[in-house]
Amino acid sequence: MSTRKLLLAVGVVCSFGAGSALAETPGLGKPIAEGDIAAWNIDVLPDGTGLPPGSGTAKQGAAIYSQKCALCHGENGVNPAPGVVPMVGPSKFDRIDTMKTVPYYKYATTLYDVMRRSMPFPMPKTLTNDELYALSAYILSLNKIIREDEVMDAKSLPQVKMPNRDNFIVWDPDKIEYDPLHVQAPAMR
Amino acid sequence: MSNRKSRTGSPPLEAVAGNGLLDRRVLLRGGAVIAGAMGTGVAVTGAAAEAPLANDPWSLEMGTVVPAYQVPSRFEKDVVRTRSNPNNEFRNSHARTPHHLLQGTVTPNGLFFSICHSGLPDIDPAQHKLVIHGLVKQPLVYTVESLSRYPMVTRMHFLECSGNSAPMFSNAPLQVTAQAIHGLVSNAEWTGVPLSTLLEETGIDPKATWLLAEGADSLGLHRSVPIKKALDDAMIALYQNGERIQPGNGYPMRLLLPGYQGNMNVKYVRRIKLIDQPAMSFFESKTYSQILPNGKMWLFHFTQEVKSFITQPSFGHALKGPGIYEISGVAYSGNGRISRVMVSADGGKSWAQAALNAPVVPKAFTRFRMPWRWDGQPAILQSRAWDEAGNVQPTRAEFVAARGQTEKPVATPLAFPNQHYNSITSWGIDSKGEIKHVYA
Repeated sequence: MSTRKLLLAVGVVCSFGAGSALAETPGLGKPIAEGDIAAWNIDVLPDGTGLPPGSGTAKQGAAIYSQKCALCHGENGVNPAPGVVPMVGPSKFDRIDTMKTVPYYKYATTLYDVMRRSMPFPMPKTLTNDELYALSAYILSLNKIIREDEVMDAKSLPQVKMPNRDNFIVWDPDKIEYDPLHVQAPAMR
Repeated sequence: MSNRKSRTGSPPLEAVAGNGLLDRRVLLRGGAVIAGAMGTGVAVTGAAAEAPLANDPWSLEMGTVVPAYQVPSRFEKDVVRTRSNPNNEFRNSHARTPHHLLQGTVTPNGLFFSICHSGLPDIDPAQHKLVIHGLVKQPLVYTVESLSRYPMVTRMHFLECSGNSAPMFSNAPLQVTAQAIHGLVSNAEWTGVPLSTLLEETGIDPKATWLLAEGADSLGLHRSVPIKKALDDAMIALYQNGERIQPGNGYPMRLLLPGYQGNMNVKYVRRIKLIDQPAMSFFESKTYSQILPNGKMWLFHFTQEVKSFITQPSFGHALKGPGIYEISGVAYSGNGRISRVMVSADGGKSWAQAALNAPVVPKAFTRFRMPWRWDGQPAILQSRAWDEAGNVQPTRAEFVAARGQTEKPVATPLAFPNQHYNSITSWGIDSKGEIKHVYA
């Protein structure tokens, strides 16, 4: 962090500390190095931040899917178990209750992230990075979003153009936009 | 509107709207007026005289042992949550609050609604950790014990799944209780540490615009939250109605984002990471994004909009003869305080202002009450709420015009055709006093 940014950060702290005695907090948080958070720090962001090394193809993914996913989500991504979403679904959303599956996502990174943290449902966080790339490739190709021979890795996955990407409207940007230089004192509310 | 004609012959209470709605000030004046009316009403409704009183067994012998942690009377066994997945199959589980059997504004902890996407985690509070990291000056780890030393705040807030009331997207009204329709909202007093206090300790890199909050459950459920909200009224909640948070509601700690859709109030929160873009997690990308009739989709619809519904009388109840009743229900808004609730007994043709139970707290349940003389003729009861930000609860027709409805009737109230439904609910009463869910 640059000196200027550091100063800005301090400024933010000061501005929202105003009114409650500054820095008069118990200070009981234990410092930890970012590296020591690695086991939990598994999120993947839309720009690809957080994607690990590795790669996979749809062909590799098909075999893994059949073994680890099909029981609940259905062979070939269709006809899932009751109450479970299929992996193949509509890519046109012309009814308000159209089933939303992978083609609904704005970014392909969401698919990698949710499998990495949540799947397989009975034993989450057990898939390897390569398996996750292969499954991503397989599921995206089942939905004809990528070709069968495309390799998914940290570079290619964020570049996949999802079919529904441009149809989203942010509901209320005013609730999101945030100016760090003009933070109001929250403690006083 | 003035309607002093009384079919029952009891002393005329001032009617303020069609079909027998009475002046809410009757409630404020206390029992005298109501008691007077009801006293006369007894003879009018022809109730038989009470038999001579005798002592029941419980008045003649000592009772049972007083338990260490008390539960409701065995006679209240039907006042329970309804569950979507009682056998814990590999999918999510919902448990809905029985609003039609409750009163006041506080949802008892045992009846607070719960949605768990991968069962109830059995978290040892001594082992649970919360790390705050990412775009901060210093990543820090907190425990239940260390947070217990922090200055806390206590506030009443509702929590609502954005899929609450989704059965009303059906193009035909489902004949189910307020519990089935509106049971995914509850209200509690929460106590915890303001998130801003902890962010003050970690420091915030000005590049941070969002944070992601992640749970310790097996799903690792995570959601993106604007930093703006985190610094406003967000809290790491540790207590619910005075006791530790229930396992189904996030034990030992959860993120509380007053007024925001339930799923963002991440339960079992173990990690908060400050980031420079929304994470586009599974739940914000898919489940909690809404398809609109024009083929576009809403993203980041966080606020639970103004809503009210009548809990008494409602589907599942029956009116036992003409006379004085109280219409009552709850109103709330993620935008702030409820400013007004209007009630109609004639399907929206005429309206009268309901009494609001004080105090009216922002982003919390407000109980409304309206005295009503039912004349035994068909009636349609509705409530409509306004919030202090000027938002008004839409009629069903207004809502459907903007957000749409299903093309076919929805088969089960457990389905979620869409999200963020907040129109007026109508209960139709026939001349026998039976109550149906209707669209009016």
